[in-house]
Amino acid sequence: MSKVRFIIAKEFRHILRDPKSLAVAIAMPLLMTLLYGYAVNLDTKNIKLAVVDEDKTAYSRALVNSFYQSGYFIPSRSAPRLSDLEAVLRAGHAHAVLVLRRGFSEAVRTQEPFQVGLIVDGSDANRAAAATNYSNVLLFDFIRRNTSTQTLRPRVWISPRVLYNPDLRSPDFFVPGLIAIILMMISALLTSITIVREKETGTMEQLMTAPVTPREIIAGKVIPYIGIAFLDGLLVILFAVFHFRVPFEGSYLLLALFGAIYVTAALSIGVLVSTLVRNQLAAMMTTLMVTVMPSVMLSGFIFEIKNMPLPLQYLSMIIPARHFIVILRGVMLKGVGAPAVWHQTLALVLLTAVLLGIAAKRFKLRLG
Amino acid sequence: MEHAVAIDNLTKDFGSFRAVDHVSLEVERGEIFGFLGANGAGKTTTIRMLCGLLLPTSGSGTVNGFDIRRENEAIKRSIGYMSQKFSLYTDMTGRENLVFYGSVYRLGRRALEDRIAEIESHLELSPFIDRLTGSIPVGWRQRIALAAALLHRPRILFLDEPTAGVDPVFRRRFWDTLYGLADDGTTLFVTTHYMDEAEYCRRISVMHDGRIIEIGEPQTLIRKYDQTDLQETFIHLITSVDQT
Repeated sequence: MSKVRFIIAKEFRHILRDPKSLAVAIAMPLLMTLLYGYAVNLDTKNIKLAVVDEDKTAYSRALVNSFYQSGYFIPSRSAPRLSDLEAVLRAGHAHAVLVLRRGFSEAVRTQEPFQVGLIVDGSDANRAAAATNYSNVLLFDFIRRNTSTQTLRPRVWISPRVLYNPDLRSPDFFVPGLIAIILMMISALLTSITIVREKETGTMEQLMTAPVTPREIIAGKVIPYIGIAFLDGLLVILFAVFHFRVPFEGSYLLLALFGAIYVTAALSIGVLVSTLVRNQLAAMMTTLMVTVMPSVMLSGFIFEIKNMPLPLQYLSMIIPARHFIVILRGVMLKGVGAPAVWHQTLALVLLTAVLLGIAAKRFKLRLG
Repeated sequence: MEHAVAIDNLTKDFGSFRAVDHVSLEVERGEIFGFLGANGAGKTTTIRMLCGLLLPTSGSGTVNGFDIRRENEAIKRSIGYMSQKFSLYTDMTGRENLVFYGSVYRLGRRALEDRIAEIESHLELSPFIDRLTGSIPVGWRQRIALAAALLHRPRILFLDEPTAGVDPVFRRRFWDTLYGLADDGTTLFVTTHYMDEAEYCRRISVMHDGRIIEIGEPQTLIRKYDQTDLQETFIHLITSVDQT
């Protein structure tokens, strides 16, 4: 395998002698972070709501019903324990927990001041903001319907507490997704271009007549770009943490591990594309199409997967970015470990293995 | 004596298109063999099969005694290949290219340095070997590509239009070098469109539509078809096949 070393060294030489491409590979991710960092707000539905009802009256049940009937909230599968309300959020079973303490119905009748608790998962800023706003509106409406006095300022109100991303700031929400898209795009793009370039110039054919195996060629050409992808990822994280003050709660090491799996998937896509096209322009267009488009549209980066038509929801399962973004948000914003995201980890590992297998098979020894 | 190249009914199909159609020939050790034919006749496809880049659809063959179907790794170690495309890295100097290809053949650092120095003086590469290959004249590039193909002392050299786009003076010098190699026992398997180059070959074959239509020594063929020179003989052969 020491031949791989020579190919790696040669590839680094190509990279360093083309400073323009290198600059693009590094500047583009930072530019994208800047652009998305100041991005848009979007509407949300189907917020998973768990309820702790200590009041246990017709009133409290009616309020909960009105939440679920609004269309904005759906019931959570699990009921939170009072001792650890956060557990359902950490596990992803709910996006928000509504807490109705004893005395709620009494307070509605007597117009006494009363706080309704709402604990919100803020790692998705859009959803968290929507959850808080909808709750306020729904509660206000409920009180007007159930009291004779048409007060404009009811004395029972929602007291929201947002966890993980308390300021509901957009960058916190966008940056993990952005890292996923940038890693996917840069890795796949640079890989497919560098392999196709050698096919185009004829050096690949020359290399194939030498005693090196296709695996050695691919490994040698791809490994340098793992380095560049990690450099890009690190730059975006540093930029996000220091410029946008995005929190980083979890383990860098864990994230690097997940990143390595994800980048392998991206590189496999790059290799796969390189076996399908003949020139660098086609490699670029095809790679952008198969990486950036699905990673932006179908990953939950901007658009909620739950709001998509069912076929698209299923399709999104095979998009590596979908799983990696959940992992990133969990590790960066919530500080969770691997067990909390084992679903996504499993999906990501499976996808990577399949992509790598197909890419290795497609890149055969003989050109014909 | 074992032949340098021996192929028997070699055939290659790409889908329904038959690029190489039952080609059989033998090349002796130390021979300069001219592999002629019009564009698209199937020359490059044949060479690719001989170099282990393509699997034949049917037929068999050996290169340096190694089976072209099963022993292509052994073949790769024993041949040199120089294609019609310029196949060096243009963002690297000639020396960097040679060092890279040499290390792929696992020549070892000291042995490689010695070998490069030897080839540098033998092919007189000194004025251009330390410049980026993208910025030097085509003739010099081809000499450096030849050097890269010779680094590991291959017993057979496959040259696919090695002098395309090179001026006459350079072509003459290039062929002087090839003669020297043949004298030292290297077998040369050359395709070319230049008939003056074909006359340098000990034997030539003429390929048309995937088939070999004639094979023999240049002077013998000229006499056989009653032509004035090899160019006329070649044109006569191709057109007479097309008419029938």
